[in-house]
Amino acid sequence: MAATEQTLDTVRELTEQKYKYGFFTDIESEMAPKGLSEDIVRFISAKKNEPEWLLEWRLKAYRHWLTMPTPDWSMLKYPPIDYQDAYYYAAPKVKEGPKSLDEVDPELLRTYEKLGIPLKEQAILAGVEGAGDTPAIAVDAVFDSVSVATTFKKKLEEKGIIFCSISEAIREHPELVRQYLGSVVPYSDNYYATLNCAVFTDGSFVYIPKGVRCPMELSTYFRINAKNTGQFERTLIIADEGSYVSYLEGCTAPQRDENQLHAAVVELVALDNATIKYSTVQNWYPGDENGKGGIYNFVTKRAACRGKNSKVSWTQVETGSAITWKYPSCILQGDNSVGEFYSVAITNNMQQADTGTKMIHIGKNTRSTIVSKGISAGKAQNTYRGLVRILPKAEGARNHTQCDSLLIGDKCGAHTVPYIESKNRTARVEHEATTAKISEDQLFYCRQRGLSEEDAVSLIVNGFCKEVLKELPMEFAVEAQKLVAISLEGSVG
Amino acid sequence: MTTDNTTVQALIAQASGLAPTLPGAGLPWLKDLRAAGLDRFAKLGLPTQRQEAWKFTSLRPLEKVSFGPAAESAPVSIDRIPSVLPGGPAHRMVFVDGRFRADLSQPGALPAGVVLESLGEALARDPDRVAGLLGRTATFDSHPLLALNTAFLADGLLLYVPRGVTVADPIEAVFLGTPGSAPAAWHPRLLLVAEENAEATVVEHHLGLPGATYLSNVASEVVAGPGARLHHYKIQMESLDAFHLATATAHLGRDATYDTFVLNLGARLARHEARSVLDGTGITCRVSAAYAAAGNQHTDFTTLIDHAKPHCTSREVVKGVIDGQARAVFQGKIIVRPDAQKTDGYQLNRALLLSPQAEINSKPELEIYADDVKCSHGATAGELDDDQLFYLRARGIPIDQARALLVGAFLDEAVEEVQVEVVRDHFRERLHRVLEGHR
Repeated sequence: MAATEQTLDTVRELTEQKYKYGFFTDIESEMAPKGLSEDIVRFISAKKNEPEWLLEWRLKAYRHWLTMPTPDWSMLKYPPIDYQDAYYYAAPKVKEGPKSLDEVDPELLRTYEKLGIPLKEQAILAGVEGAGDTPAIAVDAVFDSVSVATTFKKKLEEKGIIFCSISEAIREHPELVRQYLGSVVPYSDNYYATLNCAVFTDGSFVYIPKGVRCPMELSTYFRINAKNTGQFERTLIIADEGSYVSYLEGCTAPQRDENQLHAAVVELVALDNATIKYSTVQNWYPGDENGKGGIYNFVTKRAACRGKNSKVSWTQVETGSAITWKYPSCILQGDNSVGEFYSVAITNNMQQADTGTKMIHIGKNTRSTIVSKGISAGKAQNTYRGLVRILPKAEGARNHTQCDSLLIGDKCGAHTVPYIESKNRTARVEHEATTAKISEDQLFYCRQRGLSEEDAVSLIVNGFCKEVLKELPMEFAVEAQKLVAISLEGSVG
Repeated sequence: MTTDNTTVQALIAQASGLAPTLPGAGLPWLKDLRAAGLDRFAKLGLPTQRQEAWKFTSLRPLEKVSFGPAAESAPVSIDRIPSVLPGGPAHRMVFVDGRFRADLSQPGALPAGVVLESLGEALARDPDRVAGLLGRTATFDSHPLLALNTAFLADGLLLYVPRGVTVADPIEAVFLGTPGSAPAAWHPRLLLVAEENAEATVVEHHLGLPGATYLSNVASEVVAGPGARLHHYKIQMESLDAFHLATATAHLGRDATYDTFVLNLGARLARHEARSVLDGTGITCRVSAAYAAAGNQHTDFTTLIDHAKPHCTSREVVKGVIDGQARAVFQGKIIVRPDAQKTDGYQLNRALLLSPQAEINSKPELEIYADDVKCSHGATAGELDDDQLFYLRARGIPIDQARALLVGAFLDEAVEEVQVEVVRDHFRERLHRVLEGHR
């Protein structure tokens, strides 16, 4: 595609102001000493007044982590990470933990406001924030290593729903945490998950009691702010029998030249007839067009569909991070349980993504659907890596996988690495994958109707992703569509 | 990787002992090639499941057997070995226990300039012809089986078709395994060279007498020049106690057509690995297979199609049925290199599981570095369609026959990929005989 003077200008403008969340909040932080050691693990545990069993668990994980080799099977290229050259704990300084939202540092509130995350309940309730009928969303805001505020707690408590930071859950509901923490992703699971077990600082905890349908969307907003810190959050969601919850996750970070590490663990447990819908819009700072800076995003997300007829649906829009290494998975243990994975992964410039899912069919009549859309532009590499495993007892299991890749530009790569393992003849497994580029015909059609080349590409790509984007909750879908367009800006021409 | 297991040690000792006695041992290039292969094998050992390429296939059963060299010329009759041509073979080269048997072979009349002989003869008589060709595509740096084959490089088949020449009739290479006094291993090498605009059809028959335990570690090297058309087919019906490990590496030039198909029916453990490099524009490459596995058979079909240059087409259709406690593996990878624009790649893998203990592991993989390409793959696994069975049964066809009909029709779709009609018909017939229970 020939680049006109005008497109080049637009591209320049856009790349300069592309990452609008790249600002830094100047707030005093309390940090642990730099580096990683048993003392740091103890320091974090002590900071959070954790019970003895949790410290023991962390130490067990840390000692195990020391014996593990760095995984090298992914199609990602990055220099070895110096784990001693980072801070493992950074918290905005407060005299005492805030009792209510009013006590939260106004500087923090302003940060979240700037990010478009409403932390003021009254404002939302009064309908000030947007259109009159904007549905309310309860938010847990995680700033560097700690959760700074959780909204709508009272309202949720009335229904018996627990939504708080995991640190608080460890203090207030130790029996639940102890029962489920590490039950889906054990401490020895993989390199980055084990590291997370040792040094996780905060995250969200959700418990939906029997038969309760959570009245609002729950959401966590992760923000990495401090320099040289790693963010290691841990999220645990338990949906008890017959309950329903929809959970959203958003992430941003300031624009910096150094790479920062983010290694999170998310565990979901769905009991009989429970449904969890987990949506992510990941927009960590992706680095600049030369691949300088950006977040290394190594995330372990796994759901256990333990109960009969339980259902877990993962939806992710991955546009940020220099490196994404993420495989949200479902263990379909309960009979008739359902796992879904809808993903859009967009990589531009020097970004690399190796993402996909695992569907482990154990119970009878378990079903899974995988729809993955990978878009690669610039010099980016985008890999779908997925596993569908049908175990011998999974009578009547059913899987359908579709992964499509779109290439924009001749310097990028798109790869598909599916593993299909079936040990039950009654199971039906289907996989299809395609790779193509935006066709000249489609572009021509749009251009002819007066759309600029960039708008045309954005329109076509949004159409390509539609199957996935429609799975997102309404508020997120709109944002995601814009994000898709922004992430690809500068890729045409 | 360990080299302390006895099978590996025995093979290493055997290769170093044999080295001075092998044909062409006096040639420095050949001596070095064999030594390098042995050295590499000693370092790598046999592949283990920790290696990604061998994730689903374990060579553990192999480690429990100690393989010696094959005994000298067993007395056999090949009268009952069917030929692709209804009237008997036009060109047939026979190898018994890995050794060429001139007494059983009939090279037939060939066009001028075509060389069809055993590799042993070629090395003894005219080693210069094969000097630059042997080991050209069978690079063994990260491939233990090719390294092992290279260490034992002595016998096999040489086919050389000069520029513009067409060999009309299929060339049949028969590899027969016999039950010796002890398990034996052989490592035949096939070198198939078609120069510019040459054309030939090669059919490999790998057969074993019942009860024979052996390891056949075959390496086929294929070089197709510009515009050459090479049809390379294989039917594998080794003894059910045998191990069949084959690696076919092909280097294709501009506008070449390489058409390969494998019918995998025999062996206790069979693996066919096909690696093709499409190193020119306008190439058409077909790599397909059909397999039927039952009992405790393990069958593995692994392919790599490397689109190194633009404007090439590749097509892959792999279908199989798995019965009993058998396991099947399909690993197919298509690489499209950065400048290989206008690539058209298609890959289909379908498996039918016929019994509760059957297992399929499938890994269709795309690795694409160019944007103006059309690549797709599909994979399915499942059982026979109840509706189809019902349809047939409603018409009075007994269940067993109905199943056989459906399975046959399912596999026929893959056999259709064979481009040479006589071979296609022959393969279909052989397949159907096996499905009907006649081995």
